[in-house]
Amino acid sequence: MRRPSPLASLFAWAYALLLYGFIFAPVLVLVLFSFQESRLPVPPFDGPSLRWYEAMFADRRMMESLGNSLLVAFGAASVSLVLGFLAAYGLARHRIPGRAGLQLILTAPLTVSYLIIAMGLLITFNNLGVARSLWTVGIGHVVINLPLCFAILYSQMGGHQAQIERAARDLGAGEAQVLLLVTVPLLWPALFASFFLAFTFSWDEFLIAFLTSRFDVTLPVEIWSMLRSGLNPQTNAVGSFVFLISVALVLLLDLVVFGRKRR
Amino acid sequence: MSALSSRLRGAGFVAPALAWTVAFFLLPLAVMALYSVWQRVGMRLVTEPSLANYRAFVEKSYFLESLLNSLEVTLLVTALSVLLAYPLAWILAERVPPRWQRLALVLAVLPFWTSYVVRSYSWLLVLAEGGILSSALTGLGLAAEPVSLANSRAATVIGFVHFFVMLLTLTIYANLVQLPPSYRKAAQDLGAGPLRTFWHVILPLTLPGIMIGAFLTFVLCIGDYITPQILGGNNELLLPQTIMLQIQRRADFPMASALAMVLMAVVTLVYLACARWLKLERV
Repeated sequence: MRRPSPLASLFAWAYALLLYGFIFAPVLVLVLFSFQESRLPVPPFDGPSLRWYEAMFADRRMMESLGNSLLVAFGAASVSLVLGFLAAYGLARHRIPGRAGLQLILTAPLTVSYLIIAMGLLITFNNLGVARSLWTVGIGHVVINLPLCFAILYSQMGGHQAQIERAARDLGAGEAQVLLLVTVPLLWPALFASFFLAFTFSWDEFLIAFLTSRFDVTLPVEIWSMLRSGLNPQTNAVGSFVFLISVALVLLLDLVVFGRKRR
Repeated sequence: MSALSSRLRGAGFVAPALAWTVAFFLLPLAVMALYSVWQRVGMRLVTEPSLANYRAFVEKSYFLESLLNSLEVTLLVTALSVLLAYPLAWILAERVPPRWQRLALVLAVLPFWTSYVVRSYSWLLVLAEGGILSSALTGLGLAAEPVSLANSRAATVIGFVHFFVMLLTLTIYANLVQLPPSYRKAAQDLGAGPLRTFWHVILPLTLPGIMIGAFLTFVLCIGDYITPQILGGNNELLLPQTIMLQIQRRADFPMASALAMVLMAVVTLVYLACARWLKLERV
């Protein structure tokens, strides 16, 4: 292959640099001005100061919503994982009539926007007289995360694992033993990945949480209500904090799931 | 294990997930479809089926305009995102040494993991009056007055493009690295220059990646409420904003349901139009 000309190379690197700049600009601005001293997160920068982080940790509503978010994300991700795993196992390992149709129904929520899912739930809960709460938020988050967990796990249940499961069965293991002692350990990177993806999606989700919650809210909803007061360094602090947690989760996922594949 | 007992057990494993999806996804959609042919008159719900809400959608310029705005913004965002992301994905796949590619890719999509609401807010920090952009422009003497891009269509588009460039870089990169280098060599041996190789070989082969990314962009963009509400404001409404107004301000669930049905119909049409490029088993 020909070597690219120096001019083309220069152009390519300049372009990449420009796009990385565009991608990182808002995040850098967010984090920088979370350390602002004065009351407006706009230039000139007069920090560094930790006062807005202190304000954030002292804000009781904020901390409550943080706890709510963790709770809902953990619950919704767990339920999605278990239901998605069972469904993937059932469809991959047993002959079920109408398999294609079932797959279609189980993954259908991925193609519908959150706004529509949220609205449908809101109207249905209203009609049934179900009060909006963290429970209803969790139900909605399972709706969006279940298809994700199902799709990931289903794609990972190849024939190789089926043979090992069959061997276990031939050696006298019951269905529950096969599931817990063979399938789960074989699939655990995929299980871990789906749980964490579901967790981050739920942790970050706004619309469903906004429309199906009432008094107890999750963190994105609390941040949303802070936005009404305009630009505020405390919002920067919360945003940076949330970003830090998400990045930590992603790096953890990367290390655990992909780290094993490297030498 | 007999065939029948395998079927029964299999059904037992699928049942909980199926029940959840039916109860909390399909049933609410059906309820919404039903609501869309009801009306809200005053504070009462009239359950006489009629197409009045859909007629209102076609007749009131207010609703139709928000759909047109949504389509314009979404198409612009999709086109811009593809045009910006493709060269970046190409540089990542071709110019970055293989051992650095993973790191470069992880970095390129890192802000993807910022909270969605916070990401839009961050753009507000950049684009608002007195924000970074305004200060930079006045500081460089390029603008005499502080400028503000907040509450405009431009701000909405910038916020969206930022998000989807990351998404598309991922899908296009994944497609580019799968191409066997022999194809390109073959094209060059047959006398094609870099441009012709790209146009006749690389581009057609990466079309599936582009289409999957573009379709995802279209669907996520046209259904999003957060970005237009934070960055675009209320000067010009997109369809999801109109839907939310019907829910929050007016508590008109029938009209909101009808608009939601329109939104679903648009997405379905686009899906059917792109279906031949979207081999879903490859996603």
